[in-house]
Amino acid sequence: MTDKPMKVGIISCSGEAIPGGTIARVACRKVLDDLRPTQCVTICLPLFIAGGEEERMFANTYPTITVDGCEKRCAALGTEKLSARPAGTLIVAEILRKRGLCPITKLRGLGAEEKDAAQAVAEEIAAAIDEILGAE
Amino acid sequence: MQKKCRKVAVFACSGIGKSLGTVAREIGYELTERVRPHDTLLTCLALLVINDPETQKLITENPVIVIDGCSLDCARKSLEANGAPLVKAYQSIDFFKKHKDLKPEGVAELNDAGKKLAALAADELAGVVDELLRGGDDGQANESRNHILQR
Repeated sequence: MTDKPMKVGIISCSGEAIPGGTIARVACRKVLDDLRPTQCVTICLPLFIAGGEEERMFANTYPTITVDGCEKRCAALGTEKLSARPAGTLIVAEILRKRGLCPITKLRGLGAEEKDAAQAVAEEIAAAIDEILGAE
Repeated sequence: MQKKCRKVAVFACSGIGKSLGTVAREIGYELTERVRPHDTLLTCLALLVINDPETQKLITENPVIVIDGCSLDCARKSLEANGAPLVKAYQSIDFFKKHKDLKPEGVAELNDAGKKLAALAADELAGVVDELLRGGDDGQANESRNHILQR
């Protein structure tokens, strides 16, 4: 018998210097706070890379979804390097392209356009969680 | 002769679980966009985990200001582990202790008090940027986290 995972860890790149990092971060919080509060936890990437044993253990034991703000994919590569290969990897720019949304240019003070982008990314994360938790 | 530095690299923890992580991030923005836009450069902390060559060069050739959200000091530890020789480290919680009337709330979106706290913290860090660019630090910056706070 295969045990289904009960929780998924979400790891956002949070990239401070890129608008995609802001969107990734806001979207992850939206999933945790509103969309899938009981099905996921967020893993703090700074703590994870600084050697947080609990975070690394979680990512080794439970499936994770990484959300990156740019093509450098720091969250995905970092998770694989420090713990285990993520079950899902998302990139903000790819989601926005797929949804026909404009690239985001603001780092903070999000307006309607940025909030729409964050909502779109959050919905993709939620769908990825459902897929993982629903998988046999 | 001390080497003249062109920029101060700024890193923030951006911890996703606490308001103080968001405050750290906002301090980074205030410092690099409003207070000292020409002398500082905000860089993604996550780049350290992929050993990004440009980031490695930046932190080894320039002074660094790092702002952590809490006492775990994740960002500072990551910078030191990556060989940054000159790091001035601060925690946003220390700025909050100085301005207890400005209680930050919210992670995805910081409240007005949190934004004001970040702006005040960035104003206080302006002097640190200037000092670093003058070459006024002797390389033992890690000892000086409370430098501003005890002034």
